[in-house]
Amino acid sequence: MAVLIDLVLLSMLAITALRVIFLKDLFAVVMLFGIYSLLSALIFVNLDAVDVAFTEAAVGAGISTVLMLSTLALTGRTEKENKRSSVLPLLVVIATGAALIYGTLDMPPFGAADNPIHQHVAPRYIEESPKEVGLPNLVTSVLASYRGFDTFGETVVVFSAMVGVLSLLGAARRRENSDDAAVIVAGFKGHKVLRVVAKLIIPLIILFALYVQFHGDFGPGGGFQAGVIAAAAFILYALVFSLSHAMQVVSPKFLQLLASLGVLLYASVGIYSMLKGGHFLDYNKLAADPLVGQHFGILIIELGVGIAVFAVMLSIFYAFAHQVERSTIK
Amino acid sequence: MSYVLDYYNYWVVVFLMMAGFYTVISANNLVKKIVGLNIFQTSVFMLYITMGKVSDGTAPILAEGVTQYSNPLPHVLILTAIVVGVATTAVGLSLIVRIKRAYGTVEENEFENKDDAI
Repeated sequence: MAVLIDLVLLSMLAITALRVIFLKDLFAVVMLFGIYSLLSALIFVNLDAVDVAFTEAAVGAGISTVLMLSTLALTGRTEKENKRSSVLPLLVVIATGAALIYGTLDMPPFGAADNPIHQHVAPRYIEESPKEVGLPNLVTSVLASYRGFDTFGETVVVFSAMVGVLSLLGAARRRENSDDAAVIVAGFKGHKVLRVVAKLIIPLIILFALYVQFHGDFGPGGGFQAGVIAAAAFILYALVFSLSHAMQVVSPKFLQLLASLGVLLYASVGIYSMLKGGHFLDYNKLAADPLVGQHFGILIIELGVGIAVFAVMLSIFYAFAHQVERSTIK
Repeated sequence: MSYVLDYYNYWVVVFLMMAGFYTVISANNLVKKIVGLNIFQTSVFMLYITMGKVSDGTAPILAEGVTQYSNPLPHVLILTAIVVGVATTAVGLSLIVRIKRAYGTVEENEFENKDDAI
């Protein structure tokens, strides 16, 4: 049954991708891309990657769709007719694709338990991590403990992406008398249903984000997903009740501080474990009992990741939305 | 039939990768190029997760009575890659916004000869 679901979903994914190529209306392209992300999230669930599915659903169908739509608001929604011949790109793609298909024939068969990938480190993670880290969710153990360096690097990359976006677009600033602008931009202001529904679900989304954050050790979830979900709640608020209202709740300056705080919180765990006589990010040294130390370490660095991702996502959204607002006033 | 089932996932991954690649090299519009890049990226995610799957395995969350788990390592790599991916996409989109402001267009063939405009 799982195989059948896999076949159907993957075919739907392929059809969606094909449609994206030929559509000229970029608004439809972005919407299709949201569907594409949601379909891939379903496939990830079917392939046992629940944590990944969680992230893809929140990021692909949520944040990146919003960012692409705000870019379209600034650059126009239709693609111009392409006069260039598409024969050469097509030839290149077919040749590369054929070579890759030939390459896949050497791959081990899908799903076999004795594939090389399952022989090296995975057995150790599955067998030893209950004794070494003691968390039921192996993905969290590997992410936060075994590969803590890697995750730290990725948090820094996300942080530097925020620095990049803010230096390209300029940081959004809160204005005092921006009621006129707010009315223009918040097209949803007259929609009573949207406003009431948004008011009802925003607290629930934030509550869910906190659950995902702190339950990530035991079930699917963790800092990355929680940060994105919490940012989505504030983005919804900004879309329905106008940007300036959202900025009154969480100001852009505060978000920049928060993003640095998240990264520093992560780094400080590493420094602290060094002061305790261990290596960088060696959680065993955080408490007398190594397992308790692991729990503390993972809890704090996941919190750092959650705070950093939340702040980065929301300030990137602020930067884009601020540009859209400026261009509508002019 | 089992031969097709063994490789179907990989073939779809290659198809998606090529669909994304084609969009990147043939589209004129920069926003569409970014969408193409994202499709390419998702196909790589799909490749990793496909490799991590074990038939009759379950999600890698320890539970009683379960003996076969799927490989958690690709999940970790891809989970963080998705978040990093959206952050880098945002940088790309903000570059597009700046290009629009400097050249007045986001169609690749229209700003080729406009280097003096800035």
